[in-house]
Amino acid sequence: MRVGVLALQGAFREHVLMFEALGAATVTVRLPGQMEGLDGMVIPGGESTAIAKLMRTYGFYEAIRERHSAGMAVWGTCAGAILMAREIGDALPDQEPLGLMEISVRRNAYGRQVDSFETPLDIRHLGDRFPGVFIRAPLIERVGSDVEVFAEHDGRIVAAREHALLATTFHPELTGDTRVHRFFMEEVIAAS
Amino acid sequence: MSDTPITGTARVKTGLAEMLKGGVIMDVVTPEQAKIAEDAGAVAVMALERVPADIRAAGGVARMADPTIVEAIVGSVSIPVMAKCRIGHFVEAQVLQSLGVDYIDESEVLTPADEEHHVDKWRFTVPFVCGARNLGEALRRISEGAAMIRTKGEPGTGNVVEAVRHMRTMLEEIGWVAGVREDQLFSVAKDLQAPYELVKWVHEHGTLPVVNFSAGGIATPADAALMMQLGCDGVFVGSGIFKSGDPAKRAKAIVEATTHYNDPDIIARVSRDLGEPMVGINISDIPDAERMQERGW
Repeated sequence: MRVGVLALQGAFREHVLMFEALGAATVTVRLPGQMEGLDGMVIPGGESTAIAKLMRTYGFYEAIRERHSAGMAVWGTCAGAILMAREIGDALPDQEPLGLMEISVRRNAYGRQVDSFETPLDIRHLGDRFPGVFIRAPLIERVGSDVEVFAEHDGRIVAAREHALLATTFHPELTGDTRVHRFFMEEVIAAS
Repeated sequence: MSDTPITGTARVKTGLAEMLKGGVIMDVVTPEQAKIAEDAGAVAVMALERVPADIRAAGGVARMADPTIVEAIVGSVSIPVMAKCRIGHFVEAQVLQSLGVDYIDESEVLTPADEEHHVDKWRFTVPFVCGARNLGEALRRISEGAAMIRTKGEPGTGNVVEAVRHMRTMLEEIGWVAGVREDQLFSVAKDLQAPYELVKWVHEHGTLPVVNFSAGGIATPADAALMMQLGCDGVFVGSGIFKSGDPAKRAKAIVEATTHYNDPDIIARVSRDLGEPMVGINISDIPDAERMQERGW
């Protein structure tokens, strides 16, 4: 199994280390051609505006949509979840989402950095007490009918799945708990 | 972990720095500049009253920016906003936290307020970044609660030589600590003037326990890529952007060169026709007393 991590900016190294610990071959992706042959790809946390601009400059929008149509599973964490969405509630004028997943997100939904927090989460199929790390996190405001809500915190959706697409607004890659990474490999990629 | 959400943990403080990696943090003095930085793909902006080159030119005592400027910049962009307080000036830090900045830079660019103590950064919910020229200085700052380090360079010069010196020193010392026998670590900690537990952590992991950016003198896309190839996690560009001929174009070029730091074809392409760079200063022309990197203890 080959898993790519989009490495334009952000916490991509942490995802690579998690997948390597689980025995996957990993690829850091800085140019669209590097997605060739990937079974799945993570769009990591980082600054969604910065990642979006680099994605546009280097032709990632069409390339990711094409690779996904051809079977590549995609998991977005935090900024990545924003970019996967059908709709960004408070998008900047030129901030275009990939529109892969039928979710609507709102950026920086919890406030500024002083409002960033940790809390244990119950995640459907994965068990409880998952360490939820929320950093200037977005919020999944609405989901389409084919989207399964995986976890909520305080009545707000923080993890969701639609076939070969996974979105989490928190950061499993910062925790050392490999449950979500394993789930992406064993279930989400398998569904694509 | 309790079931009540907890703010201000070490993990959310260091975690924000992890999210900034591979990115460019740009000094700005107006909301308009902040928008230009955001549009160019900056991962954060540093809200200032003056960029380091102008602080250097103005002389006198340099202090925290006017809250009106900081608030205007906080309100103008959606990316994180950082701001600088003076070394040891914990009340400036309290004010910046209350203004809602996302990171505080306890910075040698401003005139130090305390020549013995840095801010006790554990007492704050907002995370701090601090400058360092070597491993001992970095670990002292981390022991005080810094959640991110930047090598200092010599700010406001447009001359990358000190940034290179500090990054090489840091990485050589990390390599040395990783390679010594465990029973030497007590002596190493004494030599570095750093806490034993942090020295042991570096020995075991071969890296700093927090993200390490490069700062001070970066003025071109190639400068940024140089620092990335040397091994930093991202770059701060201070005077280098808004003291140049075409800030928007240069900012975007530095962002691309930081992402594609290992791709000389891309660095060559983005380096073309950027207009005038900032005028640089040779380090040997700066009197010792005006070298900002010497500030911090």
